[in-house]
Amino acid sequence: MRHDTRIAVGPVQFRIGSDWARPIAALNRLYASYPQDPERPADATVRLFAARPWRRWLRPSVQIGGDFTVPDALPLPLAMGLLAAEMGMNLQVALGWRRHLLLHASAVEKDGRAVILSGVSGSGKSTLAALLGETGWRLMSDEFTLIAPDSGDALAFPRAVSLKNEAIAEMAARVDPARLGPLLAGTPKGDIRHLIPRPDAIAAMHDPARPALILFPRFGGAAAAVEPMGEGEAFVRLTEASTNYTALGEAGFAALTRLVRETPAFALSYPDSATGLALVDRLWAEAGR
Amino acid sequence: MIDPAYRAAPADALRIEPLGELTAIFDRRSMQTHLVVPPVPEMLAAMAEDACDAAALAVRLAERFDLSVEGDARAVVAARLRELAAMGLVAPT
Amino acid sequence: MSAVRALVDLLAGRRDAASLAPREWDGVISVARAEALLGTLSVRLEGAALPAPVAALFADQRAAAEIAQRQALWEAEMARRALAEDAEFVLLKGTAYAAAGLSCARGRQIGDLDILVPWHDIGRAENELLEGGWEWVKPDPYDDAYYRDHMHELPPLIHKARDRMIDVHHTILPRTHRKTPDPLALVADAVPTTSGFAVLCPIDMACHCAAHMLADGDLQGGLRNLWDFHCLAGDFVAADAGFWGRLDARAAKHGLRVEVRRAARLARDLYGTTLPSGWDRHDPGDRWYRRRLLARDNWGGASDFLLQQAFYIRSHWLRMPPAMLARHLWTKWRRR
Repeated sequence: MRHDTRIAVGPVQFRIGSDWARPIAALNRLYASYPQDPERPADATVRLFAARPWRRWLRPSVQIGGDFTVPDALPLPLAMGLLAAEMGMNLQVALGWRRHLLLHASAVEKDGRAVILSGVSGSGKSTLAALLGETGWRLMSDEFTLIAPDSGDALAFPRAVSLKNEAIAEMAARVDPARLGPLLAGTPKGDIRHLIPRPDAIAAMHDPARPALILFPRFGGAAAAVEPMGEGEAFVRLTEASTNYTALGEAGFAALTRLVRETPAFALSYPDSATGLALVDRLWAEAGR
Repeated sequence: MIDPAYRAAPADALRIEPLGELTAIFDRRSMQTHLVVPPVPEMLAAMAEDACDAAALAVRLAERFDLSVEGDARAVVAARLRELAAMGLVAPT
Repeated sequence: MSAVRALVDLLAGRRDAASLAPREWDGVISVARAEALLGTLSVRLEGAALPAPVAALFADQRAAAEIAQRQALWEAEMARRALAEDAEFVLLKGTAYAAAGLSCARGRQIGDLDILVPWHDIGRAENELLEGGWEWVKPDPYDDAYYRDHMHELPPLIHKARDRMIDVHHTILPRTHRKTPDPLALVADAVPTTSGFAVLCPIDMACHCAAHMLADGDLQGGLRNLWDFHCLAGDFVAADAGFWGRLDARAAKHGLRVEVRRAARLARDLYGTTLPSGWDRHDPGDRWYRRRLLARDNWGGASDFLLQQAFYIRSHWLRMPPAMLARHLWTKWRRR
């Protein structure tokens, strides 16, 4: 490929190639403070390419590929190259990673213990984790949390946080503008702006944490509500939130049964971020193990 | 309709973990996870390793749990056995 | 050196893993993934001197391949339970290799379950599978009619609970193909595995492997199919010194002599298969096949676009008479 870069996020070493210089330059800026090991072979390859040769120049559009590709995925305009790269990286991890149980969840850590927030897009799990990451917690992940089958520990995957819509202004009011990427307006997922995690979160990205609390947040509703969740339901919801559970066989089964047995779980709904943060702090104090 | 006889999976093929109200069963042959509720775990335990049909299993369950075999117990057991067969946890002999 | 070449050399055992620079693995891994050979490579290089991240990735792949293989064999078991005594069936391709414990199965990725059912049993098999929880993948009447009239298999079925596909074949090449292997002989001479499944006998298995690679399709995934052929030949020759002679006669009977001979030469050229003297010649046409098989750039992307298109058109040409081909491409094109 004409342009390329290498990024290590948690245990995954990526190599990203592109037909255009712009997405690579944008990635290099976003990931400039991440540790680099140029000698390390890549676990996962992402390719950003023009579906037809003339699409490199004429209404350039980025097709997302790599080791794994979604057939028939629609290309993105070149201006959204950073989003294409992020989707490409997520895709490779979601479909290719086999070393850990992969949960579609964000996570934060304090004193070596982790809160795992699992939910669909729009549940606010990313925003909650990003906000917690600015208020005394270490941000581990905004998208994927990895569970090590042997130890049961949670491992971080702190890529740049993908802030969406209202969350952009909410975070921009709190952080140094140098930690924000360019605004990608009107993407298929709405407005997007990336947030570079705090330097301590990046420095600690290889430090595991003991799962202490599993939360299933849901944004919306008039008032805050907290509902304890049984082991069986948490198990079912986490298998649904995992992209590689079935591929891991008995190791995945053992890791997940252990996780739901050892970690208290709650469903919570919250009308606004401040309430959400207060609920997490309250549950952490009352139930976190 | 005659109920067929079924054989349960060999004991070492299954890993059974109760999770509160549900029971998670991992089948090492298929690498699949099945989530079941009573009376399925009890049925699998009562079948042990020999082949039996719904009527025989209903009697065994009644003995173990001190119930009387009456009404539609056999029909309920037969329906559950068909579901278990579809999951591959028991096989028709 | 190109990554695809390095991959082939590593598989063939011509190149020492320790001789690769750390970053050369990037391309080897991507190409191996694109060719569905990463699990195979991981098994082949178990215990070799590898950079630590590569060794860890390969260990993951070996474990995952073993799990995936059990899942694939379970599909065969569930098909057996569904079909019971109603239809005999023979396992084909990856599942057959795994059930028979052949060397190419180690680390091999297995996709759909492929089974061969004699033509006269196909209706019964279809009914039993539908009752057993499988359902049609595409409800499209053109595709359905196309499959039934011209293909060598039923339209694909998928199991509604397990989400896995089964391809029920009644012969090993499309009915309209210029070559028509004898399906009754394939079933009649099938052999049992220790696990109680039926698989093609060695010479038929090698014929099918060559036919599948060279006569059916556009050589997508050809490196993996060729690796199968290389391993099958090695396994079968070790068990039977007269294998090549018997294979030749069988290929002639099925009308597949050209394909089998070419598969053998390509396996020799890329993976170092040892061929008997009568087979060990050179054909100038092979070089196009080699180029097609090696058409991957160092990012795992497809290269040599025109050559790929040529093989794509060839694959349809082989399967259908020209007027039908035109009609087929027209219908497909109109629906884009």
